[in-house]
Amino acid sequence: MADTVMHPQRPPHPVLRTDLSPEGRGARGLDLASAPPLPGGRGRRAAPGEGAFRRSPRLNLPNLATYALLILGAGIMLLPFAWMLSTSLKTRGATFVTPPQWIPDPVTFDNYGKVFDSAPVGQFLFNSLFVSLTSTALMVLFCAMSGYAFARIEFRGRTVLFYAYLATLMIPQQVTLTPLFIIMNWLGWTNTYQALILPSSFGAFGTFLLRQFFLRLPREIEEAAFIDGAGYIRIVFTIAIHLARPALATLAVFAFMASWNSFLWPLIITTDTSMMTLPLGLSALQGRWTTDWNVLMAGTVIATVPIIAVYVFAQRFIIKGLSHTGLK
Amino acid sequence: MSPAAPRQKYLALAVLLGPSLAGMFVFLMLPVASSLVLSFSNWDLIGEIQWIGLDNYVAALGDPVVLGALRNTLTYILGYLPATVGIALGLALLLNRRIRGRVVFRAIYFVPVVTSWVAVSLIWKWLLNPQYGLVNVALGWFGIKGPGWLFDPQWAMTGVILTSIWKDIGFVTVIYLAGLQDIPEHLYEAAALDGVTGWQRFWHITFPMLVPTTFFVTTISLISSFQVFDQVWVMTQGGPAGATSVMVELIYKNAFSYYRMGYASAISWVLFALIFAVTIAQHVLQKRVDRSDG
Repeated sequence: MADTVMHPQRPPHPVLRTDLSPEGRGARGLDLASAPPLPGGRGRRAAPGEGAFRRSPRLNLPNLATYALLILGAGIMLLPFAWMLSTSLKTRGATFVTPPQWIPDPVTFDNYGKVFDSAPVGQFLFNSLFVSLTSTALMVLFCAMSGYAFARIEFRGRTVLFYAYLATLMIPQQVTLTPLFIIMNWLGWTNTYQALILPSSFGAFGTFLLRQFFLRLPREIEEAAFIDGAGYIRIVFTIAIHLARPALATLAVFAFMASWNSFLWPLIITTDTSMMTLPLGLSALQGRWTTDWNVLMAGTVIATVPIIAVYVFAQRFIIKGLSHTGLK
Repeated sequence: MSPAAPRQKYLALAVLLGPSLAGMFVFLMLPVASSLVLSFSNWDLIGEIQWIGLDNYVAALGDPVVLGALRNTLTYILGYLPATVGIALGLALLLNRRIRGRVVFRAIYFVPVVTSWVAVSLIWKWLLNPQYGLVNVALGWFGIKGPGWLFDPQWAMTGVILTSIWKDIGFVTVIYLAGLQDIPEHLYEAAALDGVTGWQRFWHITFPMLVPTTFFVTTISLISSFQVFDQVWVMTQGGPAGATSVMVELIYKNAFSYYRMGYASAISWVLFALIFAVTIAQHVLQKRVDRSDG
């Protein structure tokens, strides 16, 4: 795995552990195909410390109960999505029948046509992607640079400034909304990309995360570069950023998800339909198709499918990133 | 580290720290300071600013609308937080068992987390439709006549809470799973030698070892649930009859529907004070728990 390469000098730090399997600490690269240990677990390598209480899994009563609960839970998680999809393929008549139809009869794609006709959905999608990707990239860049500065460069007032950063973590976004709107208005930035992007491109959380990462990093590599005459800036962009890739990935996942799903700020700063992001466009659709649930669900499918597709591919990576930030 | 020449050091600081500092100042610190200043005014975005001291705060704390929103926000937290944390802990324990397909289950539980609040809210608004929604249809199978949910002041908040629990469970579960996997194996080995099993294992090892994780998830969930807005806005806009009106929705309405910038700022500072107090309280509590553990 990539991050083994990134810590050549030492065993991976617990915070940056890469798998979530209880049985295989250090068994990296857990994936859908190989992860679940087989019942009976014959061929499985016995991890040290498997006592008598950890018997090999069988279809005994507790396991059956576990499955029953997990399947019930999975059903509750997935059925709403199935219902969304099913509704989006129904005619208006079939939408409002009791008992409800799971398989639409007849199947129609008209609702999707209505969504695309009534709103520039492609534009919403583009806006969302552009805003999220740009602000994520900027966030990662700025936080890597500032995190490194706080970790490695000594200067007067460093501690005070760092605490000022940390203090901003406590401030709810809502406190800044009104003045931020006034500032943007004054700059003439309402309905612009920069107004959507810049406020979510800075944050103390990322700076803090990266600072902690750099503090734990051994200095030897950087020392060598220093002796070779490299300055801080070159070290950041040639060495530090590469070493910090796992932490940067974690931050990127957080920043992207936050920006992609952001609603309140775009609601305030955009009035122009062509500048709306997907969540906002979807909410506007509700105003147009109040009770046409088949059309609204078609819009929701369009807004949901891209992110779920990304998630299916990046699933392990996203969850991994999330688990790392935990507590420490 | 090798001491760099001072000039080089300050150049590096300007390049590395400069952009972040500028951004933090313009988009965070300046707005926060302005918000505090605005909260002592009655500015409507157009007219002259008049300074009215603490009037906004006095008015807010005596305003039945604000107090109603505060009560609704607390109701939301009481309904949402224990259920979410409890169910997520249960799920994490189940997923931590050695069974086939747990990675798939974990992935499924996480799907609502990546879906946007707006999409989730719309799906659930339809699911909770009193007549054609799946929830009431399912209740009907058991002979229960489902309520009017989002149309009924008695039930609207419950609908919002159910939606929020459904969306956030996967997130908290993943954090708990990470916490479970940080529990050293040797604790369980030692317990096994002493013949400790089942529930005792949970109460004497797993649960105490998960205390930091629990503090972490309750703190972040608490902070975010004080700021509940998206789902309320999409599902009910605070209605019916103000039954789901929450703090942030009130800030939004005052600032951007009524243009009462000062009043909106004051309410946002009341919210901030609440979040701050709760965060500090949690922190103190955690310190105390840590100490009593020795």
